[in-house]
Amino acid sequence: MLRLDVDDFVLRTVVLFAVLLFATAIGLLLRRQAGRAREVTSGDLLEADDLAAPLGERATFVQFSSPTCSPCRSVRQVLSAVVAADPGLGHVEIDATERLDLARRLSILRTPTVLLLDSRGLVIRRISGPITAEQARAAVPEALRSRS
Amino acid sequence: MTDPVQPADRTPAAAVPGAGGPSGIDPRGPRVVAGLTAVVLAVALLTGNVWVLAGQAVCFALGSLLGIQRSPYGVLFRRLIRPRLTPPSEFEDPAPPRFAQTVGLIVTGAGLIFAAAGVGPAVEVAAGLALIAAFLNAVFGLCLGCELYLLLARLRSPRAALG
Repeated sequence: MLRLDVDDFVLRTVVLFAVLLFATAIGLLLRRQAGRAREVTSGDLLEADDLAAPLGERATFVQFSSPTCSPCRSVRQVLSAVVAADPGLGHVEIDATERLDLARRLSILRTPTVLLLDSRGLVIRRISGPITAEQARAAVPEALRSRS
Repeated sequence: MTDPVQPADRTPAAAVPGAGGPSGIDPRGPRVVAGLTAVVLAVALLTGNVWVLAGQAVCFALGSLLGIQRSPYGVLFRRLIRPRLTPPSEFEDPAPPRFAQTVGLIVTGAGLIFAAAGVGPAVEVAAGLALIAAFLNAVFGLCLGCELYLLLARLRSPRAALG
């Protein structure tokens, strides 16, 4: 195993670069996706009973977090600030590992995942990964934003 | 081995002198640790040397047991690099990177076991997988190990939580 001939070293170098290239591709893909709101038309409904918390008047950010998620903390701060600036919006944070029923029902695979609900609790947007305040505000459809 | 931890560092809150805000660790620490880890794993992949992988597994074990800030690379960051940086503007929960160290330990540990059993390219496969995770963490700040937590939780309790 310690023997090192030239062909072996060339092969190993190629493998190393392939691995790094692969990791870079994953990283770029996930970075491109991060914070982007995707429209959801699955018709999933999340009500106050499901969330154990009241819905926002016009729209609600439901944030799925987990104990080992480092970006979840910053997403919590971002959404708290966005909600504080618009009284019609709500923010509910859920530990996905404690609510595996919801995680399964809504196919939550990674944290943070943020779902945006309309006033009735219908899921209309889905955002995964770290999120900026601007992205959070932009995710809310025009009609559901505060008029002020 | 002597304990490198000062008494004042024992609690997470004390590890953040004068922070005033929420307790936690400097988020640049885990990134630097991941970078050093990636370099060591790249060497393991290039040489196929089982001892390089074993050394990294020991680092993962210490990070998993003591927390990432007290792992060998974490101590290196705090002693040599952090004093030269501006104070961090935000702090991070140490639990997620610690969990990632455990995932790293499982991957490299499995590689060592398979290598000991004489399974072909066990060192290379384990080093390659762990390298992907460490590289993503160092370059993109993405913690692959942490992402696994929810998936593991979902797999561990099959349908029992439905109702």
